[in-house]
Amino acid sequence: MTATTAKPTEHLNIVLVGHVDHGKSTLLGRLYADTGSLPDGRLEKVQAICRQQGKEFEYAFLFDAFLEEQEQGITIDTARTFFTWNTRQYIIIDAPGHKEFLKNMISGAARAEAALLLIDAAEGVREQSIKHGYLLSLLGVKQVGVVVNKMDLVGYRQEVFEGIETEYRDFLAQLNVVPERVVPVSAKYGDNIVTRSERMSWYRGPTVLETLGLFRKETARAEQPLRFPVQDVYKFDARRILAGRVTAGRLKVGDRLVFSPSNKTANIKSVEAFNIEPQPIEAQAGQSIGITLDEQIFIERGEIASRQDEIPLVSTAFRANLFWLGRRPLERGKKYVLRLATREVDCEVAAIHRIIDAADLNQRQGASAVGRNEVADLTLRAKSPLSFDLYGSFETTGRFVLVDDFDIAGGGIITELVHDEQEFLRDEARRRDFAWVKGEVGLEERAQHFGHRAAVVLVTGAAHTGKSFLARKLEAFLVAEGRHAYLLDAENLRRGLDADLSQSQKADSAEMVRRYGEVARLLIDTGLIVVSTTNPFGLAHHQVIQAIRTLVHPAPVIAVHMSKTEEEPPPGTDLHFAGPKDFDAAARRILEELKRKGVLAHAIGAKPTFQYSI
Amino acid sequence: MNRLRQLEDQSVYILREAYKHFDNLAMLWSMGKDSTVLLWLARKAFLGHVPFPLLHVDTSYKIPAMIEYRDRLAREWRLNLVIGQNKEALTAGMNHTLGRVTCCTALKTDALKQLVEEKGYTGIILGVRADEEGTRAKERYFSPRDKNSEWDFRDQPPELWDQFKTAFPEGTHIRIHPLLDWTELNIWEYIKLENIPFIDLYLDRGDGTRYRSLGCAPCTFPIKSTAKTVDEIIEELRHTTIAERSGRAQDEGRGMELLRKDGYM
Repeated sequence: MTATTAKPTEHLNIVLVGHVDHGKSTLLGRLYADTGSLPDGRLEKVQAICRQQGKEFEYAFLFDAFLEEQEQGITIDTARTFFTWNTRQYIIIDAPGHKEFLKNMISGAARAEAALLLIDAAEGVREQSIKHGYLLSLLGVKQVGVVVNKMDLVGYRQEVFEGIETEYRDFLAQLNVVPERVVPVSAKYGDNIVTRSERMSWYRGPTVLETLGLFRKETARAEQPLRFPVQDVYKFDARRILAGRVTAGRLKVGDRLVFSPSNKTANIKSVEAFNIEPQPIEAQAGQSIGITLDEQIFIERGEIASRQDEIPLVSTAFRANLFWLGRRPLERGKKYVLRLATREVDCEVAAIHRIIDAADLNQRQGASAVGRNEVADLTLRAKSPLSFDLYGSFETTGRFVLVDDFDIAGGGIITELVHDEQEFLRDEARRRDFAWVKGEVGLEERAQHFGHRAAVVLVTGAAHTGKSFLARKLEAFLVAEGRHAYLLDAENLRRGLDADLSQSQKADSAEMVRRYGEVARLLIDTGLIVVSTTNPFGLAHHQVIQAIRTLVHPAPVIAVHMSKTEEEPPPGTDLHFAGPKDFDAAARRILEELKRKGVLAHAIGAKPTFQYSI
Repeated sequence: MNRLRQLEDQSVYILREAYKHFDNLAMLWSMGKDSTVLLWLARKAFLGHVPFPLLHVDTSYKIPAMIEYRDRLAREWRLNLVIGQNKEALTAGMNHTLGRVTCCTALKTDALKQLVEEKGYTGIILGVRADEEGTRAKERYFSPRDKNSEWDFRDQPPELWDQFKTAFPEGTHIRIHPLLDWTELNIWEYIKLENIPFIDLYLDRGDGTRYRSLGCAPCTFPIKSTAKTVDEIIEELRHTTIAERSGRAQDEGRGMELLRKDGYM
């Protein structure tokens, strides 16, 4: 038999997994050799190297590229190889089975649409057979073919095969995985790989090659609701292009988009492309595209565009199943970087509900850390709200990785939204933003005109720490610099806007903060820098900071805390001044922070061209 | 969806991630078919622009037609071309007769290292493909190199779900490989689809041979072929079982493993 030469009309990524030494590389070598898919001279070259080193040739050596892999007879890292059969191109990912290389196995399996899982007939179901099966289900690989290898070692006996088949099917059933086929083979002798085995005439199912043909290509994502995570914003020429990849659904020119979590809305003006005639007017899941909008709104990387009636979830917390690959354990309370689609945000583990021992699916509760190669059910809490989906509904926006130090150290799928205390305010802000009646002048134009962006500087602290003095000084500094700033004192709201409220209504701290936040939101929309003190609310400082941030989102809130002596500032504080004597210096420090956050351009009068970095 | 467009979408995504995360980014361009497709994909990703310099590591032994082609495209596509050369080694008389791996190391690996060090690049985009040879089949899209540009293939970081390694310690750099999933056939089909200009050394110009892979003149040999058009190359590749790099001398024995571990492209 030789490889077919017809033009492939589709391609499929297949991963090969299983316990170490169960024969993955041998199976791969055999599959290529028996289908005539090896390049000329490959077999001879490897055979020559074997002769030179005085060892017996094995099919496994064909793809174990590193000297070390061949010497130790194990695959260290995932290899990608290609072959074409019956108009389909297969990209076969050979993943290492050794426990130590689990991160490489996961890197390989995460790319796959289907998996072949090998089990050694002589050894039966082993630790990594179970673990790999479990990880495949976590990684979302639902199509699995099980290959029972080394049947030659058990005399090609049917009852050995059936014992393993029953045991492994029962295990997969717990994960809701139904294997496509279970195939008895001997990779070494080529039984049931490409040609049907005469030594196992009792088996009537497909060969490994035929099993590959049974795997289906998944194509349904374009029919889902739209998800378009923003990857970058380009301004190489006159066009302001939002770049990104559509991860679900489709979009077209004229569609109204909502960006979460900022709640900004705009219509698609064009779909931009290079060397495509005529210019496209639509795009669908999988495509990397660029779009322009009909109005200039501030959008940054990490926001997810959708339609208004199908927005993703927004919260600071969610529950997830996570596998951990880091050298150091994942610890509760420690900071990690969470990356979900194009969003990157600091997070911490709020709770570890249970650790699942992937070797036998036993569960352990009360752990405070997740060790290397363990799987956990946990709750993550992010520093600022992010948009996401449940993995059951959306693949790309329903999963995430955690970065520890410089490396990706874990990955997970989101199973549940966890409500946070900002939810009511966030819903209010969203409803208000969606229905907001806009004038002809947008925020971008106001920023160009003023030479700065809108922002809130929120000064918190106990009485007599100099909050009001600093706020006044800052306002004066800003205006003297030619900026447009306004001191918003909550006391003024009480005497005017809130004058008709009863004493008990005025004592409702949460409501007072909400009103204050909504007034700040109005001023933000005029393009001002709002400088404020927060004395009268009677809430904890961090609650006030959070509430105002939610209501004026996505405009930046710079939280400045004042205290008489050194003390721990409230969570979410950007700047802390303990017993300041030089208020001019403190105000200048705040100006620096405004520049750093992209609110003020670095030179007076220069047009700020950068995005917010919240 | 068309396979070539899927490959394009993935490569564009990778290029955009690289551009977003690396302040000092550059792309290696050897003028061969792969790195020229890569350059074209950058123009796709950035809508006609190439927002980073293109590095050519000039061994001085390249085929002259390649240099003409380089300068022409650099002009037409307004490219920021940066040329690196290990002048010291060349002055000392380095050439392939001193040993192919020795020569490749001095004129390519070391020249690239010098360039990376001098310019402080933290991200280098390269056009290597998994189907070229064994060690490249094991590469990550974003692959770290240490202070000496060495590749620790024993301990590569995890890479999943299009989340890439973009953080790295000072003094190290990341090699970015947007073409990993492409095959040689895909490259030619894409050149045809997009009508990308390429060097005619890849075609039979009348003597019944053509270059299938381009490198330095002394170490690159043409193959027997009568393919005179892109269509004929594509037809030939659908039937061939001869390895693409069979005309590349440095691949003999374990040449590529040794070279690539030490920072070869």
